Amino acid sequence: MEFEQIKNSVSGAFPAVSLSWSEFRGQLRLGINASAVKQILSYLRTLGFDMLIDETAVDLLEYPDARDRFEVVYCLLSTETATRIIVKTWLNEPDLELPSVCDLWQSANWMEREIFDMFGIRFDGHPNLKRLLLPEQFTAFPMRRDYPVKGRGERHNFPVYTRAQS
Amino acid sequence: MAGQVKQLGDSVLLTRLDAVANWARANSLWPMPFATACCGIELMSTAASRHDLSRFGSEVMRFTPRQCDLMIVAGRVVMKMLPVLQRIWLQMPEPKWCISMGACACTGGVFDTYAVVQGVDRFLPVDVYVPGCPPRPEQLIRSVMDLQQKIKDRGTFSGKEFGLRIIPEGPPRFDEDEIRRMRERNGLPLLDPKYNPLH
Repeated sequence: MEFEQIKNSVSGAFPAVSLSWSEFRGQLRLGINASAVKQILSYLRTLGFDMLIDETAVDLLEYPDARDRFEVVYCLLSTETATRIIVKTWLNEPDLELPSVCDLWQSANWMEREIFDMFGIRFDGHPNLKRLLLPEQFTAFPMRRDYPVKGRGERHNFPVYTRAQS
Repeated sequence: MAGQVKQLGDSVLLTRLDAVANWARANSLWPMPFATACCGIELMSTAASRHDLSRFGSEVMRFTPRQCDLMIVAGRVVMKMLPVLQRIWLQMPEPKWCISMGACACTGGVFDTYAVVQGVDRFLPVDVYVPGCPPRPEQLIRSVMDLQQKIKDRGTFSGKEFGLRIIPEGPPRFDEDEIRRMRERNGLPLLDPKYNPLH
């Protein structure tokens, strides 16, 4: 599948949605609004992108020339034609919510849980949206850039046992 | 009577009960290998044929805390693992000892992040510390020998030396850095630093 073919196909199917295409080092990138994510990804799934390689997020706080706070990235692969496409969308602080793509690609399950764990972005329609790596009691989202590297005292919040007690 | 005693010869030994107990305990330490990182590889190597920890009477690695009396914390402990570690420590029967092996278990090492506990001695009583990243097997053997010496010197049959250790032995849970950041966050005036490395 050629890049032009994909571009024409997606642009033809969604004339009303604003799509920003770009290419970088032989990779095709597509930037879209958060509201259009689910329908465009569903369409790309029907185009033959049957594998979700990665789904991750970036915190763009204090990033030069950034207009939005968070960026969510989907890396797709078509296993038949070995074509790749990278879909990006942007989110801002009050409504950090995206539709889940677990029903399109099963592998999104843990990736979305990890994004929720580390960035606090919620995924609507996810079957089991709870923390993946950190303990359940953890309240902060440590991959956000305004979270201090040394934490807010979570690593000290345990009982101290003396030898006489234990 | 005198003839009967004479018949016993040198098959009878008179000593203190504490000394017998210490002798037995020191020479049959059963380690609990709490290996979470690369120090665990050195721990395995220590028990394997080249270094052969069994020469020092502590080769019986047991993977259940109920059968152990020496916990070797080998590797970094993250905040999700620490409750497990503490639970294992509480499940071990008395008398018990703890070796903190490697820079990460002792101080957190290079992992000064929100998730890594900055030394298990903040939350558990540690008897012997082993420096190194990771320590050589010889160092671990030396620490076991030091622990054996400690048991032989200070151990008692009833274990009353443990009951005397009523205050936490590690550093305070919040170091100066942490307290300064908390004051900053809550808008409180910052205190003068006690120690300035530039002077």
